[in-house]
Amino acid sequence: MNKFDLYTRRRIVNAAGLAVSVLAMAFGLFWLCWILWTLLEHGLPALTSTVFTQMTPPPGSNGGLLNAISGSLMMTVLGTIIGTPIGILAGTYLAEFGQRGWMAPITRFINDILLSAPSIVIGLFVYEIYVVHVKHFSGWAGALALAILVIPIVIRTTENMLRLVPSTLREAAAALGAPQWKIINFVTLRAARAGIITGVMLAIARISGETAPLLFTSLNNQFWSSNMDQPMANLPVVIFQFAMSPYEDWQRLAWAGALLITLSVLTLNIVARVLFRQSVTTH
Amino acid sequence: MSTETIANPKVFVKDLNFFYGNYRALKDINLNIAEKMVTAFIGPSGCGKSTLLRTFNRMYQLYPKQRATGEILLDGANVLDAKQDLNMLRAKIGMVFQKPTPFPMSIYDNIAFGVKLYESLSKHDMEARVEWALKKAALWTEVKDKLKQSGTGLSGGQQQRLCIARAIAVKPQVLLLDEPTSALDPISTAHIEKLIDELKEDFTIVIVTHNMQQAARVSDYTAYMYLGDLIEFGETSTVFTNPKRKETEDYITGRFG
Repeated sequence: MNKFDLYTRRRIVNAAGLAVSVLAMAFGLFWLCWILWTLLEHGLPALTSTVFTQMTPPPGSNGGLLNAISGSLMMTVLGTIIGTPIGILAGTYLAEFGQRGWMAPITRFINDILLSAPSIVIGLFVYEIYVVHVKHFSGWAGALALAILVIPIVIRTTENMLRLVPSTLREAAAALGAPQWKIINFVTLRAARAGIITGVMLAIARISGETAPLLFTSLNNQFWSSNMDQPMANLPVVIFQFAMSPYEDWQRLAWAGALLITLSVLTLNIVARVLFRQSVTTH
Repeated sequence: MSTETIANPKVFVKDLNFFYGNYRALKDINLNIAEKMVTAFIGPSGCGKSTLLRTFNRMYQLYPKQRATGEILLDGANVLDAKQDLNMLRAKIGMVFQKPTPFPMSIYDNIAFGVKLYESLSKHDMEARVEWALKKAALWTEVKDKLKQSGTGLSGGQQQRLCIARAIAVKPQVLLLDEPTSALDPISTAHIEKLIDELKEDFTIVIVTHNMQQAARVSDYTAYMYLGDLIEFGETSTVFTNPKRKETEDYITGRFG
């Protein structure tokens, strides 16, 4: 075989590989676009102003999703507030102190399991340790379940982002005589800041669509309630309940809720990406 | 190779050995570093010159399984002694690295970061110190109007001078330069070399370099190392024109390395 045959062959293989890759991408995008299209088709007409002003209705009457939106917001925010500091601290420990000893590898291993644990298991866990003891569903329990979902995601991204910080930066700070806590606080965490924020936003995006952990913890509430100690309405469970119902007005609200969640997750993801890209280009 | 007689030694290295785990990277190193002079460590990759430099401020302590034995005396105290306070040691011995390492903060804060570790200066005094350090590092005229901007936005050569300014702002006695120009273009390199020449009026400087011409240009004393051994040490003019050892001559004339 001469040189040109070899080159022609390589070009053919390259073209074939490229074609297969493009097809695979198109296959994945096709379903995604279809889902988005269906959501927009059914969700947009249902997304009226009453969705944001009225409570979830009994079947056959008019209503909105206000209590579910506010419940979702409260539990998501609280879950993030509880989970983020724990995640960042633990991630910092793994990245900055994790070279010595056996604690870090074990923590990392357990965190990986937690990261891939089915969210319904987390819901059941909180049900067992909290709901069973207080004997009622509550917003606190929901927020707790969401926090447990946030922690492993934030741990993982924090550790990864801190590991991306060049070790020469740590050495430079150490060479000035800075103690380790100052190096971490003022140099490495700061250098990894955008990546860590991205991780937190992705965690928020993840929990804002979770249904299973809330089914066993906050359950649902047909009325307005801002009392975290009571069962609390939330978008995913309302969608679950309304979409399965035979009532058309409930189904419409479920579409509206689904569109709302999707759009907010989409927005969060885009913001996270833009933030991360900016930080990468400025370094 | 025993210690060359040096007019005014600042740092004494005695029987220094260094280990990465079980691997012995430095073998019984003995040499003295002259005060307010430039001492260059040269040798092929992996010869231990950077390792030797990093024992001076115990940089290796960041990593498990690295250790040094022997003595490095600075002002009569053994640097390697575990009782020696690490942060106070590093206030006396500054370091600049191969790749510029500006911190992710403003130019001003980059300089103030190190100073704040040891001194609580008034705003006015701190501003004066930052200006002094930037002037010493020949960077002041280029950055004086953008002190609040991020240090990471400067060019490579400017970043390296920022790192030199940051190191000298603490007013150390010894300045360690670990291949400070190997990531820079020739013009920035010339800048830094000129700077080294000026800085030795105030500081004792030790420089590791891959570039033999650079060692010849900037240093007063040169140490040639190979495979963890100090092969030859002496005045730069002697080492480069009339080396005592065959190995040094081979390396310097480019027959090896």
